[in-house]
Amino acid sequence: MSGAGERSARASQARATGALLETRRLCKSFGALQVANNIGFRLEAGARHALIGPNGAGKTTFVNLLTGVLAPSSGQVLLDGEDVTRLPQAKRVKRGIARTFQINQLFRGLTVLENVCIAVAERMRAGGGMLRPAGLRTEVTDEASRLLEMLRLSADAGRRVAELPYGRQRLVEIAIALGLAPRVLLLDEPAAGIPSAESHILLDAIAGLPPEIAVLIIEHDMDLVFRFAQRITVLVSGAVFAEGTPAEIAANHEVRAVYLGSAIDA
Amino acid sequence: MSGLPAVQELAARHRLRWWEALPWIAGIAAFFLFPNYLSFGTLVLVTILFALSLDLVLGYAGIVTLGHAAFFGAGAYTVGILAAHWNWTEPLSGLVAAALVAGAVGLVSGWVVLRTQGLTLLMLTLCTMALLEQAANMFSGFTGGFDGMPGLSFQPILGLFEFDVLYFRSQYLYALAVLFACFVVVRMLVYSPFGRSLTGIRENLLRMHAVGAPVRARQVFAYAISAAIAGVAGAVFVHATGYVNLAVLGLDRAAGVLIILILGGYGRLYGAFVGAVVYMVLEHTLSKAYPTAWQLGLGLGLMLVALYARNGILGLIDALRRRWSTP
Repeated sequence: MSGAGERSARASQARATGALLETRRLCKSFGALQVANNIGFRLEAGARHALIGPNGAGKTTFVNLLTGVLAPSSGQVLLDGEDVTRLPQAKRVKRGIARTFQINQLFRGLTVLENVCIAVAERMRAGGGMLRPAGLRTEVTDEASRLLEMLRLSADAGRRVAELPYGRQRLVEIAIALGLAPRVLLLDEPAAGIPSAESHILLDAIAGLPPEIAVLIIEHDMDLVFRFAQRITVLVSGAVFAEGTPAEIAANHEVRAVYLGSAIDA
Repeated sequence: MSGLPAVQELAARHRLRWWEALPWIAGIAAFFLFPNYLSFGTLVLVTILFALSLDLVLGYAGIVTLGHAAFFGAGAYTVGILAAHWNWTEPLSGLVAAALVAGAVGLVSGWVVLRTQGLTLLMLTLCTMALLEQAANMFSGFTGGFDGMPGLSFQPILGLFEFDVLYFRSQYLYALAVLFACFVVVRMLVYSPFGRSLTGIRENLLRMHAVGAPVRARQVFAYAISAAIAGVAGAVFVHATGYVNLAVLGLDRAAGVLIILILGGYGRLYGAFVGAVVYMVLEHTLSKAYPTAWQLGLGLGLMLVALYARNGILGLIDALRRRWSTP
């Protein structure tokens, strides 16, 4: 354990440089397959950052390393300047790293409201309470209904998630993540599987996220990426291939060659 | 903000509904209507309690176990051994001892086996039970081995109500009272945030990890509580019948209670009541009417339930009611 003084010194150093979430020389391999190769990455506080790359570039693996689902083979993950590499997923969530999944991971048999309430209750450390009925915890249900209103899900609050169209289920994913009051929000292909007629709801929801939350979005939809992101990181074969502003990335010939090409010209 | 109908619905969900009085009215009515069947009735009540404990882990937390009789047996042997070797025959403290021992067995075994899921977990719960069964068989000086411990007698309940060897009148009311007390606890747990988080674990383990819930701690804790209640059921069984033998922790009992819960409907609290009554009454009447072939009829009935009524009898009633109300 590092001393509290050292920790706060590092935290203030991180604040000075603005990196809320940072990785240093992060590597992960499954046998001979290297899926994360020496990734150095910085997510600034309040950032709108996109991570793009071809299929199999290791984007989701990177999210799993950030959230603690996977342990890296070497390297570090720092949150607010503090080393969280060894912390399990639940502890990182408590420190403010929340995520959504590429494929919906919801409590399908429960109502939309309950889905969000479970997340809010865990964040408020009320998830293990055994005496008072869950429905009477107004601090939890109030917060959950506030989030549903924000994402315009109020009308569906009482419906079972399994009955919702897929696009609205994607919004529940985001509502659950926001219920954790994250400082860092990792959106893994939020628009995946949404018919284009519904995608504006999702775009509005992402544009309306609280500005203080640092958002990292993984996305294949280049419209969404270039509308949303202030910075873009391109990942190829588990390594950072390029990083810069959207204009820089769009102008980068190598990036066009490996990945963007058709998407931008089209 | 709390004007949302879904919020109001959630806030009202734990409230008692009128039909929840029915099992208890029926339980008391049966006492007066069937005075000659109270020993059978006592066994039904014990089985309901045992199935209720299973519902907490299987129906709510989604932990599939084939070894739940391990905890029933742990409670039963606790009471039996205390009575036979230390003359500890006061029933209520016996219940507490049984709950503590069975709960501890649940806590330790749960801590080990709940690292796994699916078939592995199923096998490990089965192994836990087999280990206990073998232990009870081997330490025969203590447990009576294969023959068990017959002829146990216990002090009057609260010092007032003698156990009634002939008609089981006090046993029946005792079992009903213990069932009620345990039911109140289970019902409270199920509607609490803890219970909701167990449902969350059942519905989506991955998501539950991702919202920062201490998933394994919750599972192990639920397993231990369920084990303690199963232990109480085992203790009431021994108090009522005055004997304990290896059958209390056999596969027959573990599989039987699983069938009962699925028959009644799991994850809905009252499935244990419906399943136990229907199964045991059918077993009782069929075995009298067709002493050789009755298991065939029971098996066919269960196959029909498994094929056409996945959510058990209560699930079937729910579906019919929904069809009735939406023309």
